[in-house]
Amino acid sequence: MRGILRIAYKLMVNDRGKFAALLVGITFAVFLMISMTAMFAGILSKASSTVINVGARVWVMDPAVNTVASSIPMPDYVLDAVRSTNGVRYAVPLYSGAALVKLRSGTYQAVTVLGLDDSSLWGRPDLLEGRVEDLYAENAFAVVRDSEFPKLENPRIGTEFELNDHRAVITGIADVAVSGLFGIPTLYTTYNRAVQYIPNARYTVSFVLVEPKSEADIPEIKRNVRALGYQALTSEEFKEKIATFYKYQTGLGTNVLLMTVISFIVGLSISGQTFYTFILENLDKFGALKAIGAKGSVLVAMILFQATFTALTGYGLGIGLAALTIFVAKLRLPSYAATVVYSNLGLAFVMVVVIAAISSVIGIRKVIRIEPFEIFRG
Amino acid sequence: MAEVAIQASGLNRWFGEGEARTHAVKDVSFDAYLGEMFYIEGPSGSGKTTLLSMISGILRPSSGTVAVEGKDIWRLSPDELADFRLNRIGFVFQDYHLFPRLTTLENAAIPLIMKKVAWDEAMEEARQYLDVVGLKDRAELPPVKLSGGEQQRVAIARAIAGRPDVLIFDEPTASLDGDTGRRIVEFVKANVLTDRRCILLVTHDSRIFEYADRIMKMEDGMVKGIERGRGDAN
Repeated sequence: MRGILRIAYKLMVNDRGKFAALLVGITFAVFLMISMTAMFAGILSKASSTVINVGARVWVMDPAVNTVASSIPMPDYVLDAVRSTNGVRYAVPLYSGAALVKLRSGTYQAVTVLGLDDSSLWGRPDLLEGRVEDLYAENAFAVVRDSEFPKLENPRIGTEFELNDHRAVITGIADVAVSGLFGIPTLYTTYNRAVQYIPNARYTVSFVLVEPKSEADIPEIKRNVRALGYQALTSEEFKEKIATFYKYQTGLGTNVLLMTVISFIVGLSISGQTFYTFILENLDKFGALKAIGAKGSVLVAMILFQATFTALTGYGLGIGLAALTIFVAKLRLPSYAATVVYSNLGLAFVMVVVIAAISSVIGIRKVIRIEPFEIFRG
Repeated sequence: MAEVAIQASGLNRWFGEGEARTHAVKDVSFDAYLGEMFYIEGPSGSGKTTLLSMISGILRPSSGTVAVEGKDIWRLSPDELADFRLNRIGFVFQDYHLFPRLTTLENAAIPLIMKKVAWDEAMEEARQYLDVVGLKDRAELPPVKLSGGEQQRVAIARAIAGRPDVLIFDEPTASLDGDTGRRIVEFVKANVLTDRRCILLVTHDSRIFEYADRIMKMEDGMVKGIERGRGDAN
């Protein structure tokens, strides 16, 4: 069988025009599919940046909360109740809010402020410059050095600015795993300073961060929190909730899905049609092979091999092209949200397999139906 | 008397249904022998190609039998029939049906590759057949770079590469000029026909009748007679 597959390979590859058209079709489709889904994965990752960066295992929140940015403040007794729940090793409050910074140049810049538990600073980022304990100093804030950092005019340790008309001083430059989605800088400070600087309603606890004694305690913590009228989610569940919100309640997911489907259709159209033309042009040759003595299974194997080989080559090229584009884009645009994850690759692979399968079926139907007698009749 | 290669008995073939029903081949019987160059001659539409297809295991007859070296081929399963064609029959099609994307050598090696001969071995053997047809030096060229006569010879090399007992030529001179056509048939008679091989040739080109051992004349799907040709070996 290897010899006949080699013949199939040569028939396909030596027809350079058709082979190039097939590769372009599949490569382009894979490129678009990977780019679209990678961008979406990047957006989802950035949307969960606070969850990833803070790193708490369990998050307690109002059940109506869909994202970290849209937190609904909870009364202090929730924190006390969670702390007294069986299975909780410790629990701390987290404040998440927005503020306006007046820079030294006089311009204003919106920022996200995260207020960490005063006693433990749990969820604090790694500091590139400065010391953690300096966050307890007067008016102290740590700024995250990410793609949004320049928007604060590249502050250094000791840089002063106004935050909601309060004096603020940078005491630390922090590094985080993932930067935020909304293109605004992030400042870290203590919980009490955050609620003091930012006008708030009656309640101030955005989230309660929980460290359970063990994994086995999480279900009980969830039950007890639910009894309070609130919701406890593991970090993975919270990220999933955020992703679900962006996928299904913002139109973002639908748009990306549509673009992915369009990419698939474009790839399928180009590849399917080109492959069909290739089969049509070689139909008499396949008929001749059949007349000479090729069994149907041999012809099917040849077509499947041609379709699979082209699809996998196009798949590899598409991934390469998408990865290169994302790499170059990230060099130029540090905040470019695109992450190639295994599920992107898996989805694109499934779609390429479908393209190859449909193209093959079209070709196989045609070749199986050809009567060698037609070859004699010319 | 030479051994019978092909025995066709009472072959009939109808096409279509109702009023469009056509009786393309009508009760055709004949024997062809090993070592014989047997022509089937007749005007267009006389049923030559249909008869050839039934003899070669491509088109199932409506009735009648075809025995190749004593074996009724239409009792074989489709896969057995494919194996039979691969191992016992060699085809030279009117339009050659060479693969333009393969080299001449690879085209000639196709039956060997289909027989699962290892690639290098198949190429080596096919090169010998190209040598037989005088195209060894054109082995690496694609068929489109060859003349019509040369392409015909590649098709012959491909047909004999399967080492068949029966070689079937469908209008071998139809796409060639008179001289080239004659040279090709002369070449086949001299180099391809052996005591253990029968050649069936469909044609209506009277210029090549001189090479036939016997000529079966067909008209309206019926055999009008079998004549001895000038090249009669029996």
